[in-house]
Amino acid sequence: MSLLEVDDIEVRYGAIRALKGVTFDVNEGEVVALLGANGAGKTTTQKTVSGMLRPSLGEIRFDGQRIDGIPAHQLIHLGICHVPEGRRVFPMMTVAENLEMGAFRFKKPDSTIHDRVIELFPRLGERYKQFAGTLSGGEQQMLAIGRALMGKPRLLLLDEPSMGLAPLIIKQIFDIVKEINEQGVTVLLVEQNAAQALALADRGYVLETGEIVLSGTGQELLTDDRIRAAYLGEEIAS
Amino acid sequence: MTDFLNYLVLGLTRGSMYALIALGYTLVYGVLQLINFAHSEVFMSGAFGSYLIVGMFVHDGQHLAWWQVTLVMFLGLLSGALVGAAVAWGLERVAYRPLRRRGAPKLAFLISAIGMSFFLSQLAGKLFNRLSQNQFPSYFDQNKAVFTIPGSGATVSRIQLIVIVSAVIMMVFLDRLVSGTKLGRSIRGVAEDAPTAALMGIDIDKTISRTFIIGGALGGAAGFLFGTTFVFSNIMGFIPGVKAFAAAVLGGIGNIRGAMIGGLLLGVVENLVPTFPWNGSGGWIGLQWTDVVAFVVLVLVLVFRPTGILGERLGRAA
Repeated sequence: MSLLEVDDIEVRYGAIRALKGVTFDVNEGEVVALLGANGAGKTTTQKTVSGMLRPSLGEIRFDGQRIDGIPAHQLIHLGICHVPEGRRVFPMMTVAENLEMGAFRFKKPDSTIHDRVIELFPRLGERYKQFAGTLSGGEQQMLAIGRALMGKPRLLLLDEPSMGLAPLIIKQIFDIVKEINEQGVTVLLVEQNAAQALALADRGYVLETGEIVLSGTGQELLTDDRIRAAYLGEEIAS
Repeated sequence: MTDFLNYLVLGLTRGSMYALIALGYTLVYGVLQLINFAHSEVFMSGAFGSYLIVGMFVHDGQHLAWWQVTLVMFLGLLSGALVGAAVAWGLERVAYRPLRRRGAPKLAFLISAIGMSFFLSQLAGKLFNRLSQNQFPSYFDQNKAVFTIPGSGATVSRIQLIVIVSAVIMMVFLDRLVSGTKLGRSIRGVAEDAPTAALMGIDIDKTISRTFIIGGALGGAAGFLFGTTFVFSNIMGFIPGVKAFAAAVLGGIGNIRGAMIGGLLLGVVENLVPTFPWNGSGGWIGLQWTDVVAFVVLVLVLVFRPTGILGERLGRAA
């Protein structure tokens, strides 16, 4: 059984249907990528999974249990941790406080996990007492991921971790995502950077205007002509 | 010098009350970006509530021992805080939450706040002699001087000492609460970025409720202190409310330490007015200039620092 099953969900913003029946699943231990252009519904899908949005139709199941309609602050107790688009660290809190916020659902932050996060992102250790708002974009992304890890995720939702970052930093972050996944955390990754995402992902889905138009393993999608044309910026040799 | 010190102490007394009320404005602004204009009536309810509750236990307190005075103060602050917290909590439930659920525009909140303010003030008027000013019975000898400031003839009265000390204790307590506890972190989280705070497992509605309760408790306690120092009535909230709101803006709305500094500063400035030399002849400007001077200072500070002395944002308070 899949860890996450999204079954024919529709999400509306007022009269606009942002998702028109999206179905996919994520198995335990996988990295699954959601690809697509701006406005395709990737972020909406992720927000619906994490409980920030409520689907008007369809079902979402996590570990066999229905979770659609449960608000975000309760869903996190199941181990669904969302790193939102644009990182959204708390700018007026220190790095240390941001990490503590990530463990808010526990009585006390787990110190072994805390130490592992610092090990994973040594930069956070160096900036520990600094306000998060003063960090660079890459450091903020690391903090956002570290903060989510503090919540002991079973499913980590990552929304465009590469946005606005230098290629070297992107590579670093993807390496770390891979490491996190190898430690047993299932990852649902939203990306516009299709090449990077598919190199990492076990499977991927392509969204277009609120619908899934293509799916397959990372390798299949990487070599798919339509993907290459649309997202990797290559001419199709015809 | 003696006069100056006497007025300074008076200013600190007033300022402590402004600061306590200002904290309520600033806390709510932090989480909702909304000025809770009914907060002055939370303050008023604290005064009436503590008046009734303390009155049940103490009838004539002219000759109380120091520990009995302490007990009365404690009971008064506690009952004022409880009533203030309850009113503030109810206010949020009745006047704000339904609007928030429906995504109402900011203006609707403002109208709702003003409506609640009128309602509460008139309700108190109906319940407790609309026109006559109420006065707390003398629970103890309020105006007895407890000590003289060395090197001058200035004295500090019992009630002044009590107001300043209890306000400082409450402010330090709040400061610790906000910077050092999970409750405080949840308030700061919602103030900085509510949707992301929800992703961390913070219940936004609950946090907003708790913020109103904390602000209401401080305002209610200030109501008791005010009632013990001066007379009070159903419209007592208006002027201190406006001043405290000004103090919150002065310190930087949404900033907790800013509200404390703004309140104390405003209280001191307006009470030092009688000591200002005028026309270089050593004359005085009258007490009636108090409010003018207070608001001139407010305007001047805002001209040079539009976000207040410490700047906006709740998060920076810690």
